[in-house]
Amino acid sequence: MSEPAPAAARPTEEEPRRDDERTEQSDEQPTETPSTPTTGADAAIAALTAAGVEHVFGVQGGAIMPVYDALAEAEAAPTHVTMAHEQAAAHAADAYGQVTGEPGVCMATSGPGATNLVTGIADADMDSDPVVALTGQVPTAFLGNDAFQETDTLGVTRPITKQNYVAGEADAVGPSVGEAVELAGAGRPGPTLVDLPKDATTAETTGDEAPEAELPEYYEAPEFAEESAVDAAADALARAERPLVLAGGGVVKAEASEELRAFVEAFDVPVVTTMPGIGAVPEDDDRCLSFAGMHGTGAANMAVSHTDCLFAIGTRFDDRLTGGVETFAPEAEVIHADIDAAEISKNVEADYPLVGDAAAVVEQVHEAFAERAADATERYADWREQCHEWEEQYPMTYAAPDEEPLKPQFVVEAADAATPDDAIVTTGVGQHQMWAAQYWTYRDPRCWVSSHGLGTMGYGLPAAIGAKVAAPDREVVCFEGDGSFMMTLQELSVAARENLDVTVIVLNNEAIGMVRQWQDAFFEGRHTASEYGWMPEFEPIAEAFGAKGFTLEGYDDVADTLEAAFAHDGPSVVDAQIDPGENVYPMVPSGGDNSGFALSEGQL
Amino acid sequence: MSRERTGGEFADRDTDRDGLQGPGPDERERPSGRRSKEGVRVDPEAEASHPARRTTISALVKHEPGVLAEVAGLVSRRRFDIDSLTVGPTTNPETARMTLTIEEPEPGVRQVEKQLEKLVPVISVRELGRDAVRRELAVLKVHDDDPAAVEAVAEMFDARTLDAEPGTVTVEVTGSSAEVDRAIEAFQRFGVRELTRTGTAALARGNEWTTDAEEERYERQPVDAAATDSASATEGAEAHTDDD
Ligand SMILES: Cc1ncc(C[n+]2csc(CCOP(=O)(O)OP(=O)(O)O)c2C)c(N)n1
Repeated sequence: MSEPAPAAARPTEEEPRRDDERTEQSDEQPTETPSTPTTGADAAIAALTAAGVEHVFGVQGGAIMPVYDALAEAEAAPTHVTMAHEQAAAHAADAYGQVTGEPGVCMATSGPGATNLVTGIADADMDSDPVVALTGQVPTAFLGNDAFQETDTLGVTRPITKQNYVAGEADAVGPSVGEAVELAGAGRPGPTLVDLPKDATTAETTGDEAPEAELPEYYEAPEFAEESAVDAAADALARAERPLVLAGGGVVKAEASEELRAFVEAFDVPVVTTMPGIGAVPEDDDRCLSFAGMHGTGAANMAVSHTDCLFAIGTRFDDRLTGGVETFAPEAEVIHADIDAAEISKNVEADYPLVGDAAAVVEQVHEAFAERAADATERYADWREQCHEWEEQYPMTYAAPDEEPLKPQFVVEAADAATPDDAIVTTGVGQHQMWAAQYWTYRDPRCWVSSHGLGTMGYGLPAAIGAKVAAPDREVVCFEGDGSFMMTLQELSVAARENLDVTVIVLNNEAIGMVRQWQDAFFEGRHTASEYGWMPEFEPIAEAFGAKGFTLEGYDDVADTLEAAFAHDGPSVVDAQIDPGENVYPMVPSGGDNSGFALSEGQL
Repeated sequence: MSRERTGGEFADRDTDRDGLQGPGPDERERPSGRRSKEGVRVDPEAEASHPARRTTISALVKHEPGVLAEVAGLVSRRRFDIDSLTVGPTTNPETARMTLTIEEPEPGVRQVEKQLEKLVPVISVRELGRDAVRRELAVLKVHDDDPAAVEAVAEMFDARTLDAEPGTVTVEVTGSSAEVDRAIEAFQRFGVRELTRTGTAALARGNEWTTDAEEERYERQPVDAAATDSASATEGAEAHTDDD
């Protein structure tokens, strides 16, 4: 533990707050006036409140104590959810941000608290999720001296934040926090961080009020793409014989789903998504071929490989999507719409760059294309037919269940069937994540919450907590691998304490299965450090944490067990003991050609 | 409360069971097009890479702590091929100018610009034309065994003598990067004891503004000689031409 805050941290009864003083002086002041922040810590909370932040996820500690104290003292303040580990606080905030579309906020103390946040911040950065991290810091006088619990948080997080700040004095705290919240959600979302030296949070502010939160002076987020560029893109679509829409996570973040659905329906264009884009268009729509990439569907990957005009929206062309860029959509003219100009032509050259907000740009293209699309939809008929053929040729199936062992795909499908359409799915990282992506049918945006760019094992449970706090009325299902679950299962204590009704389904193959799959394919089956010779049982672990535990071994029990787990009011854990030999297919070997996806190990 | 497994149980995977239906990779229609490794669609028969070119990029940035670290971090993380990076104050105390000399293929040059532009404290970025005014500075300490010859070389390259003591002469050379290279090469014959040189500082030629924001900046903030003095360098590697 660090030293507790010096006595000066908070004005005492004898030292009335500045705002009280002022109220006495001015008779005109209405009595309901929100109390004016007096310390930097008060200003931090006031800034969060002013920005409409309702929940904060975090862990206490010496350097952040004044901020926590202000949280307790403030009349209107966000509700704090105490997490067991700071990494989980960041993931919970990240999922909260994904589900609500508003920045999720996490807090940690200096040093180890801040470094524990790093994985979660990096995760949010890779997935462009709006997260605000507030970190305690040693007093400014100690900065740079390797003081107790000092870390160069700014230096450590600079490459993984959209912007970070140090609020070096009390008056800087409010504006920095306000700007950090604004910036996290603006344009292309991303994580921001404010480092709060303890003296800045304990000192009194001289400002009168919580200032209006503002974006940084030169920050611009374009809305509409240039008209001439839109016309050129619409011309390209009109020329195309085999157009394909590729919906990335940006479609979800920009709330552009409706516009995109309207576009796809109006012109009957086949559509695929990226993994983060899952749910941007309903997967049960006839035109949707599901997601493309390493473990995407055969039809999606064939379509990507054969399209002559790819209309990509809000994607950064990650290598898990493209495989080797040399073979990615090799015959396509690329129309790329993105709010971040730096994403255009970063990995895949855009023939028609459209910089702007996804919703606005899709509408622009829709309008421009409508003028040119007289015969387009008929012209695409053969192409649509071809896409459907691919769907029939490459169905997402798995070997029919015998009695045992349980097929993970079956468990995913059963859970999907047992939950409402608007259920939220979160996952860890590994094979289970891919099965949850492949075998659950997503119909809406913001239902699929996973760690894509960073691929963080252990993301699922803290994300489920964040999602449930964000959407208490929706069913939240978390798929975890046994390996992933072990990384953050201490957060069950939080779910139990807060009585969060989340259901964790552990697809337990007693191995870090995705690694083992690669070892089978590329390391001659040498299972180095990928199999657990001994695993604790998750049912009693769940019970020990105060959650309800279940073990699932056979097909006959699946429906009943899942029903009981979903019915339980509070957190539950289903230890689904799946076929340890099951692997994820289709699979495009990394750096490979999307149309060369393997359907089994023998084809790799 | 544990389950034990023997190693063998894992290994016996029935590979017939896994996998999906459908024609295998070899039976599928494959596209014949191709992209370069930079992601540009290319003629399948043609050479598929872009040659690198050397160019200068100017960035007007907010004059605040951390900007240099941010830009330097960006350049190294994204592995741009950078020759030099200089930074120094401008006449406006709120801004500083960075000059980057890079060697990248065309898509890389565009990426450097856009990635820089994306940084929150970066105000405006532009690639400078070939005719931009570019200067570099080198200070070198040469053995003075033959002062007359050193003097002659110095004259040839318009070098200024900053210090002369028994044993060494210290000279200053400014010019384009190539000119500075040639001067150092020429002094090499006396033996260069020590050398320090800066990166390139550059401005657009003539009436052209160096970056888009310049005009606006000057309208907002009239040039104020006093401000120039009070503006300290952003941090670290500033290109100072102290000539006393
Ligand atoms: C924090 C972290 N460490 C290591 C990895 C590398 N990794 C990727 S998938 C995987 C296996 C995951 O195993 P498990 O959670 O049991 O899921 P399964 O693949 O068995 O479904 C590993 C180790 C990772 N993604 N994240």
